[in-house]
Amino acid sequence: MLRILFFARIREELDCATLDWPWPGQAIDLDTLQEDLCLAYGAKWREVLSQDNVIRAVNQTVTNDNCALHDGDEVAFFPPVTGG
Amino acid sequence: MARLQAALLAGAATEGAIATFTGYVRTTNDKRPVHSLELEHYPGMTQRSLKNIAREAATRWPLLAASIVHRVGVLSPGEQIVWIGVAAAHRGSAFAACEYIMDFLKTAAPLWKKEKGPAGERWVETRKEDGERTQRWQEIGGR
Repeated sequence: MLRILFFARIREELDCATLDWPWPGQAIDLDTLQEDLCLAYGAKWREVLSQDNVIRAVNQTVTNDNCALHDGDEVAFFPPVTGG
Repeated sequence: MARLQAALLAGAATEGAIATFTGYVRTTNDKRPVHSLELEHYPGMTQRSLKNIAREAATRWPLLAASIVHRVGVLSPGEQIVWIGVAAAHRGSAFAACEYIMDFLKTAAPLWKKEKGPAGERWVETRKEDGERTQRWQEIGGR
């Protein structure tokens, strides 16, 4: 199982805060997961997740590149941060 | 705030200097009145990110203590959003580390602001200057 989280503008645009995604039973990477989400949920998801400034984090660490995922990982998608 | 400052001082064995920064909710932003500000965070990652920023500051300057408090949820204009306190033996390190922590908090910690005003609500956009301020620390050394 992968735990997928969406925050702020991305969460609102997808109307989804958290998602439990069944572990596919084979090696999967972040780009593939994103593609699978878009295939499962449609054009709106593809449009939102493919925006240039979307930040991706795996297990609460931001990753700028594609990376391998493991069963139990927590994956997050969020817009540029604006705290402070 | 006095309590936080006292705690910071108590944690610093040989206090010499404490620099603090407090950020407040504006009454207007980009010439638009602000009725309220909602802050969203990523539970777990936000705390981890703030800890990493403080830890990184402590490797650049000889700090005695540092603490970061950031509020989440709905806030009104004039309310405090963020408080940073840094204790060091001398003011140079305290000032610099306090500014460093604030600059990285704004560009690295997963927190998001949504403003509500007379024209409705909008997610606050990142400011180019914030990225530039963080970038600047690549060239400036510590200590």
